[in-house]
Amino acid sequence: MQFAKKSKPTSSIPTASLPDIIFMLLIFFMVVTVFKEFNGLPVLTPAARTTEKLESKRHVAYLWADEMGRVSIDDKIVSLDEVEPIMAEKFANDRRLIISMKIDQDVEMGLVTDIQEEFRDAYTLRISYATRIK
Amino acid sequence: MALLKRRVRGQENIPTASLPDIVFMLLIFFLVTTTIDLDMGIPMQLPDRGGEFKVNPENIANVLINSKGQILINDELTDLSQVTEVIAQKVESRGLDPDGKPKLIVSIKTERGTKYSDYIHVLDAVKAAGATKISIAEPES
Repeated sequence: MQFAKKSKPTSSIPTASLPDIIFMLLIFFMVVTVFKEFNGLPVLTPAARTTEKLESKRHVAYLWADEMGRVSIDDKIVSLDEVEPIMAEKFANDRRLIISMKIDQDVEMGLVTDIQEEFRDAYTLRISYATRIK
Repeated sequence: MALLKRRVRGQENIPTASLPDIVFMLLIFFLVTTTIDLDMGIPMQLPDRGGEFKVNPENIANVLINSKGQILINDELTDLSQVTEVIAQKVESRGLDPDGKPKLIVSIKTERGTKYSDYIHVLDAVKAAGATKISIAEPES
């Protein structure tokens, strides 16, 4: 017995709105992207349980200090006396500045305190100790 | 003068077939370069210069860390694992301010030779205990 051949329905996903969806994703990623400006020094920050997210990524300045006692701001090795004018200038440009201190876990507190004293002179009082999540 | 003959308008279409490809490429670029939430840390507010004020000494918990990493809380030697417990107890016993913050002020003092990681671990433990008023005292040289 012969059966009539069933007509195959054409099944295709509509792709007309594909560019719109991709555009939306693209715009999202463009907005959230903040390009990494500086590489800094190789440091291993200590781990802490109360690690929090920084409020904003756009009002952050970075300072690195490694176990050899070197201090780096914006990829330049600076001496302690230079910290205050650099930070004062950054603060003048951005009043909501937070300084993220990326300090190696083997650094001695003497250096950390000296840096903090410079910050107090520059009036950049909001800081954050960069830590890893425990 | 004869009127210029109007040119026949051709169908001028920008080809959009490759648009998704271009946008995809851009998307992939931004996907690769985006790093979300890499900046983590313990926020701290440094004290203003010259702003000294009297506080009730009973509301202060003195935490000292020496260069060997030993911790002294109000003259009692404490292990790092017990810091959270001891401070939490003190926070509770001192009660709350009218603004809902604990009254207890934790003063963390270090030596110049104290390791940064020891300081952060103590700071972390104090924060975990719920203390919000933390002061960093200048180290003894």
